[in-house]
Amino acid sequence: MSKINFLKPDKSNLYTFLYLGSFLFFISVLDVLLNSFFDLNITGFLPSFLSFLLPLILGFIGLYFIRIELSGIKQLDLLNKHINTNNFNAILSLLIIFIILKSIPPIASWFFVDASFAGDSKDVCTGSGACWTYIKVWMRRFMYGMYPNGEQWRINLSFIALALLGSVGYFATDKFKKYLTLYYVVIYPFIAFLFIFFFISGGPVFFDFSYGIIAAILSIIIGFFIPSKFKFYYFLIVPLALYILLKYFIFYEELIELGKLDGLNWVETGAWGGLSLTFIISFFCLIFCFPIGMAFALGRRSGFPLIRYISIGFIEFWRGVPLITVLFMSAVMFPMFLPADFFIDKLVRCIIAISLFEAAYVAEVIRGGLQALPRGQYEAAKSLGMGYWRMHIFVILPQALKLVIPGIANTFLALVKDTPLIFVVGLLEIVGMLNLAKTNPEWLGFAMEGYVFAAIIFWIICYAMSKYSYNLEQKYKTDR
Amino acid sequence: MNFKLKDIGPQLMTVIAVVLVFGFFTYNAQVNMENRGIDFGYGFLSQESSFDVQFSLIEYDGSHSYFRAYLVGLLNTILVSVIGIIFATILGVIVGIARLSPNYLINKFAAFYVEFFRNIPLLLQIFFWYFAALRALPLPQDAEPMFGISFLTIKGLYVPAFIWQNFNIFFYSVVAAIIAIIVIRIHAKKLQESQGKQTPVLLISIGLILILPLLSFLIGGVRLSFEVPVLKQLATTSFIYEGGVSLPPELIALALSLSLYTATFIAECVRAGIQGVGKGQKEAAASIGLTPNQVLKLVVMPQALRIIIPPTTNQYLNLTKNSSLAAAIAYPDLVLVFAGTALMQTGKAIEIVSITMFTYLSLSISISILMNWYNKKIAITEK
Repeated sequence: MSKINFLKPDKSNLYTFLYLGSFLFFISVLDVLLNSFFDLNITGFLPSFLSFLLPLILGFIGLYFIRIELSGIKQLDLLNKHINTNNFNAILSLLIIFIILKSIPPIASWFFVDASFAGDSKDVCTGSGACWTYIKVWMRRFMYGMYPNGEQWRINLSFIALALLGSVGYFATDKFKKYLTLYYVVIYPFIAFLFIFFFISGGPVFFDFSYGIIAAILSIIIGFFIPSKFKFYYFLIVPLALYILLKYFIFYEELIELGKLDGLNWVETGAWGGLSLTFIISFFCLIFCFPIGMAFALGRRSGFPLIRYISIGFIEFWRGVPLITVLFMSAVMFPMFLPADFFIDKLVRCIIAISLFEAAYVAEVIRGGLQALPRGQYEAAKSLGMGYWRMHIFVILPQALKLVIPGIANTFLALVKDTPLIFVVGLLEIVGMLNLAKTNPEWLGFAMEGYVFAAIIFWIICYAMSKYSYNLEQKYKTDR
Repeated sequence: MNFKLKDIGPQLMTVIAVVLVFGFFTYNAQVNMENRGIDFGYGFLSQESSFDVQFSLIEYDGSHSYFRAYLVGLLNTILVSVIGIIFATILGVIVGIARLSPNYLINKFAAFYVEFFRNIPLLLQIFFWYFAALRALPLPQDAEPMFGISFLTIKGLYVPAFIWQNFNIFFYSVVAAIIAIIVIRIHAKKLQESQGKQTPVLLISIGLILILPLLSFLIGGVRLSFEVPVLKQLATTSFIYEGGVSLPPELIALALSLSLYTATFIAECVRAGIQGVGKGQKEAAASIGLTPNQVLKLVVMPQALRIIIPPTTNQYLNLTKNSSLAAAIAYPDLVLVFAGTALMQTGKAIEIVSITMFTYLSLSISISILMNWYNKKIAITEK
């Protein structure tokens, strides 16, 4: 055994240093642990300043002792490599460990231990923890806004139906795979539109359009069997005929008589709200902003100067102003621009405004993808005799869109995170409902619970979206 | 002829469509305004505003004009943006570097911070800080002094005010120091290029910027004193701090959430920038005998900054635009003062919304022009 120099831990006295260092490190962690979990201060006899810093000093010395390069012990080497490379890193590691240890008890006690879950009135919330009863009581409002309780099945049913219709792509056989793009780009948004605007909003209009949906779906299904020669005439005549037939001859008398479909109650959009409104708005803006953005991206790269300048103007205008002023515009300025007897619903105006706003961002992202494509792709497509549209649809856009998946996902994430701003026009999605519930005189003082609840929901949605986009990116990654 | 038509046709159609839409809107606007008896014009800007703003950097009350109210809002917007940008940059750079740390704990901690704050809507964060977190602060009478001179209370942060005597002499001394530093830097660069001599520019600069202002205190007659806020009783249960500078809780909540939120994006920019510098660059620099500090200063940073700065400027712009969310917690920024209160009072929807949008638009367009110029200047010129 060689002489021990405590200022220079070396390999010859490996175990001495290892035991001593681990012991000191263990003591320091134990001190903080006892302090935070059991409120026990084992170094309380020391002056307060020293007692506060002691774990840090002990841990630092401990880590210094075990910092022995190439010790031959696998775990020790790993530990040194990852948290203990030098003095500075050791202190930072210790601080982070202590912060985590210190913050677990208060957070856990607020979230679970002292929190109240039971009951349905404010009286049960006497502890120092969170009052999840508040969330429980207000759950329906946070999810559905002011939508009447008895009608909420309509929202649920629509979302379930749309989710099922949306997952068709996973089950499609190879035979139908080629129609999937058409389905997702044209048919699915259309069905979703009808569902939301005529099933969730209800009222007499729903009646007419339910026949419309049935007629459209029927005629599309039959349309597959019509020879392509007659398809044009078929789609010109048959859907309308089916609609009239359905409405006036087949269903009308019978259904009214049975009383099965005596119309859904009209729920005006002002009463929509909560998380479902967040989904509705994000969904529609997502659908609308993508084609608009694509059009302006192409316009900005167009060879026609006038079209290019108009596109640049559009994009730079929307990108230059904050969303809140755009919503202000849609609320107070836009009605002035329409004929006096022409009224557009608040929600629709909102969706138009957000779609145009996000479209500008989507356009810039897509333009990035278009610019990143090598010129050879354009030239090759042209040399095959393709025109502008065929070249873009079959050659350029598929490659460019693959390149910009992360950018588009980021834009959509921003869109979802921007939806709370619709409070400006008086629509209350989940954050707006929280602010409303917070001012309810019976439930004062639970702002924190509400915001934490909404934050968790938004975090899950956004994190899932970003992970999904990362997977997509990996899936479509092509070596170039 | 045919060829020309193919060229002009689509453009003509687009222009006609745009003109038609705009014409339709203008016509309707005219009809609507006539019906409601509103006249169009910006004359209201010089009228007396007759509303008060609770927090303003320049002297303002109800007797001032609407234009003055606009300026108050604009200055408040700029104030919160500048505070947010400073803190977001500091935090963002630290977190961005921490994400590249070999230390597993620091790395994960930074990643956790980024993922956490990036995925929660900014508005929700502002509400959280303003309505939940800052409401838990003590009342003025119970506040513990921080460092004995400033007080963080539910009514805002009170810090001591500087009271200067002969402030302009101090200001001139700082300006003189900066000019001297620039001159010395240029001279040092020339010296290095012509003779290969290196001058300790950093030391000289630090010395200058410390010594010149110090001289202004010693011989220039500059005096600095502090006005510490003092607790004052208004009624039996109502207390307030007087003196010093008070920052309203709206400003604190807004600046805090803006910087925490934007810092996550800046951190990602910084990380991408440093990672974007090839490993070979560092190795090559080390192999020609540069010290680690020189590698960082002369090789890595110039290349990393080229990647970092454009997206970071974009984030600054986003922060400025996001500061308009102030309207949600009644911080008197441009949107709240002008597009909110002034619009309610005058009813001039088109004029006011257009001025507000134009302000933000000119702000962002001027910054993006500056950015494009900078990008062109630093771009690698390839042959």
